[in-house]
Amino acid sequence: MARVLMKGNEAVGAAAIAAGCRHYFGYPITPQSELLEYMSVHLPKVGGVFLQSESEVAAINMCYGAAGAGARVMTGSSSPGIALMQEGISYLAGAELPSVIVNIVRGGPGLGGIQPAQSDYHQSTRGGGDGDYKLLVYAPSTVQEMAELVALAFDKADEYRNPVMIVGDGMLGQIMEPVEIVERPPDPALPPKTWATTGTRDHPGSRSIINSLFLKPEVLEHHILDLFAKYERMREREVLVEEYRVEDADLVVVAYGTTARIVKSAIAALAAEGVRVGLIRPITLFPFPAESLRRLPDRVANLLVVEMSMGQMIDDVRIANEGRRTVHFLGRTGGMIPLPQVIADTVRHILAEHHAGDVPHVSVGDEKGGR
Amino acid sequence: MHNERIIIAGFGGQGILTMGQLLAQAALDEGRQVTWLPSYGPAMRGGTANCNVIVDDAPIASPVVHGDATSVLIMNVPSMKFVADLVPGGFALINTSMVNTRVERTDVRAFYVPATELAVAAGDLKTTNLVMLGAFTEMTHCVGSASVLHALEAKLGGAKAHLMDANRRAFALGAEAIAAQEGAAHRPTEPSVPR
Amino acid sequence: MAVVFQRTAGLTDAETHYCPGCTHGIVHRLVGEVLVELGVLDRAIAVIPVGCATLAYDYFNCDVQQAAHGRAPAVATGIRRVLPDRVVFAYQGDGDLASIGTAEIVHAAHRSENITVIFINNAIYGMTGGQMAPTTLVGQKTTTSPLGRDPRLAGEPIRIAEMLAQIPGASFVERVACDSPPHVKAAKRVIRRAFETQLAGEGFALVEVLSTCPTNWGLEPVDALAWVRDHMIPYYPLGNLRDPKKDAAARGGVRPEE
Repeated sequence: MARVLMKGNEAVGAAAIAAGCRHYFGYPITPQSELLEYMSVHLPKVGGVFLQSESEVAAINMCYGAAGAGARVMTGSSSPGIALMQEGISYLAGAELPSVIVNIVRGGPGLGGIQPAQSDYHQSTRGGGDGDYKLLVYAPSTVQEMAELVALAFDKADEYRNPVMIVGDGMLGQIMEPVEIVERPPDPALPPKTWATTGTRDHPGSRSIINSLFLKPEVLEHHILDLFAKYERMREREVLVEEYRVEDADLVVVAYGTTARIVKSAIAALAAEGVRVGLIRPITLFPFPAESLRRLPDRVANLLVVEMSMGQMIDDVRIANEGRRTVHFLGRTGGMIPLPQVIADTVRHILAEHHAGDVPHVSVGDEKGGR
Repeated sequence: MHNERIIIAGFGGQGILTMGQLLAQAALDEGRQVTWLPSYGPAMRGGTANCNVIVDDAPIASPVVHGDATSVLIMNVPSMKFVADLVPGGFALINTSMVNTRVERTDVRAFYVPATELAVAAGDLKTTNLVMLGAFTEMTHCVGSASVLHALEAKLGGAKAHLMDANRRAFALGAEAIAAQEGAAHRPTEPSVPR
Repeated sequence: MAVVFQRTAGLTDAETHYCPGCTHGIVHRLVGEVLVELGVLDRAIAVIPVGCATLAYDYFNCDVQQAAHGRAPAVATGIRRVLPDRVVFAYQGDGDLASIGTAEIVHAAHRSENITVIFINNAIYGMTGGQMAPTTLVGQKTTTSPLGRDPRLAGEPIRIAEMLAQIPGASFVERVACDSPPHVKAAKRVIRRAFETQLAGEGFALVEVLSTCPTNWGLEPVDALAWVRDHMIPYYPLGNLRDPKKDAAARGGVRPEE
C-alpha cells in the first residue's frame, strides 16, 4: 500500500484491521470518535464485527468476552472513557487476556476539555484499576509510528497474554500525515490460544476457564508473582526509545508523543545557535527506558522533562535518574500545547542559571507559553 | 515549490479543513513531507474552524503553526487575529467578500481576493475555497496547480465529477486575481522559518 | 437394574459451596441437564457473575468466563460476536443483574443478543452477607434495611422480568420459582425453552428464577421455600411474558422477515 494521507485515528483502525483485528467494541468520545467511525465502515467489509456499546464499561467487558473467546480485539476511547474502562482493564490483566486499548488523551480531571493532553500517563502506566498489574504501553509520536505500534501491540498482547495500551494525545488522533499501512497478519511464531473458551469440543478432557478470582491469598500471591515475572520480561525485552542527539548534549530533554516532536523543533532552533540539546523519547511508557537515562554522558548535568500535564512522566524520570542529575520541568496542561520557542527559552535559562545540585526549574502554565 | 507553514481560518462550513486537506494531499502527491492539524471542538455548525498545514522537504517535527506561519488564509473577520502569527515577509490572503478590514502589519505582504464573489462567477458559491486555493498557489507556488486540482478530483470521485468544471474555473479565477496584483507572481525571498 | 437418578454430566463432580437449603444448586442442575439434553454441553460457554455464583466456574462442566460485577451480558456479547455457532449463557444474581448491571442487561436485550440469561432472584445480597437488594420486598429486614425495606427511602422492589419484557428485542422472558417440585419441573421446561430460543437464533432469552437464601433470610430451608411461596410469588408473579412462538401467533403466525 502506498503512502496515503490519513487522520491518526483512522490510521489506528486501518493498522488494526491490517494486523488481523476483526472485533471492535467502543463508544463515541471526542477526540477519538473517528476510530469508532472508521471501524464501523471498514470492519464489516472484511467480515469483522463492529459493535457500538452502551458505555465504555460495556465496551471493555465485550473486549474481555471476545478476547477470552480467542479473538484479536480492540477498543478505544479518550481519557474519561478510559477511566470508566479501568475496572475491565484490571480484569483483563488479572485474567491474562490479550487486547489492545487505544487512549487518545484529552485534558482532565472530570469532564476536563477535549484538547490534547498527556495527563493520563499515570492512568496508563500505574494500572488505573485495582490491584498489582501493568500494561505494555506504547506512545507513538507520528501517525506512521502509531500505525506500526498498533500492529506490534496485537502481537505483543498475544505473546504476553496481556492488555496493551496505545497512548496518543488528541493531536495525534486528529492530525493527518502520510502513512503506509502494511498488512501484518499475526506472527506465526505465536502459540495457539488453547486457553480460549471456545467450547470443550475444541479441547476434550479439559475446560477452559477465564478468571481473575483467587480466594486463597497464597494462590493469589503466586498468580501475581507470575504476572510480575511477565512484566520483568517486558522490562528486559520490550523497551523502545528514541535517543536523539544525546551523544554531545549539554542538556537532555525527556518527552514523549507529540510533545517530543515539538521539542525537536526547539532542539533544531537551539542547534542553530550552537546550543547542544538531546532528546530521550520513551516509545514504551511501560516498560520505561530507564537505562537510556542512566547511561547518559557525565557532562549532562541537567534534564528537562516536558509534558502536556502537571508532571506525571517526571516521576519515572526521577526514579531512573536516582538523584544523579538535576531534573527540571516544563509543562502545559488542560489542552495547552508547549511551543518550541518556550522550550528553547527554558533550555537557555537552565543552561545559564543552573548547574547540577541547584534548585530545579519548574515552569507551568505561563501565559505566553502555549497555543 | 518551497516550504510553507500555513494557517487556514474561517467559519465552520466554509470548507476550511477541506482546503487544508487538498493542499496536504497535493504536497504528498509531489513527494513532500506534510502535516495537517485541525483545530477541533464540539461538533457544532457556525463555530470557528482553522487548520495548520506544513509542507516541507524534511521530516516535520512540531506540527503546530503558532507565531511562525509563512502564510495565513483568512475567510472571516475573527480570523484576522492570525495575521499576528506571520513571520516578517509572510503572506496574508484575505477573502474580502467576508472581511472588510485591512492588514495593519507593514512587514508582511497582504493580498485581497473577493473569493465568494469569484466563486459565484465561477458558477457555484461552494467553490469559494477553490478560489482561495487558486490564489494561494499563485501567491506562494508552494505546490503546483495541477496537484491541487488532481487532489480535488480524487476527493470528489466519480459521483461528484460534474462539480470539477466549476471548481477549475474558481481555482483559475483565484489565481488570476493574484497575478493581477502587483508583484505577486514572484516571491523575492523565502521568509526564514524556524523549524 | 434401571437407573432412576444420576448426576448430570452438565455439572462437574465438585462439591458446591452453597448453603444448605439454597436453591442455586437446583438451578445449576437444571441448566446442566438442559445443556446435556440439548446436546450442546461441549459447545457451551458460561459467563458467571460476581456474587454467590462466582465459584460456578468449578461447577458448570463447560468452558467458563468469570465476569466483573454486573457485566456478564457484555462479556457474553463479546463471546457471542466471536463465536456465533456456540451456546452462550450468563448466570447472574439480583445484585449483579438488577442493580449494578442494569445497563448491560437492558442493552443486551435491546440488541437481542442471541444469549440466554439465567437470573437468580432471592431478594437479597447473599455473598456479601445479606444486604438489601433492588429485589428486596417492602418490609423485608436486611443488614442495610434493619427496620425493613422502606419504599419511601429505597423505592419499590424492581420487577426485572416485567421491565425487560417491554423491550422489543427481549424475545423470551419468563419467571419461574424453585419452591416446590412442580415449580422446579416447570422451571426446567422454561430453561430449556430459553436455550431453544438461542439455538433457533431467535435472540435474547431470560429466565428469572425465584430462589431462596435461608442463611441471610434467617429461615430454615423448608421455611425459606414457604417464604418464596407466601411472599415472593405474590409480588413476582410466575409466568411467561415473552416467547417468540407467542409473538408469532399474535402476528398471525408470520415473522416479520418472512
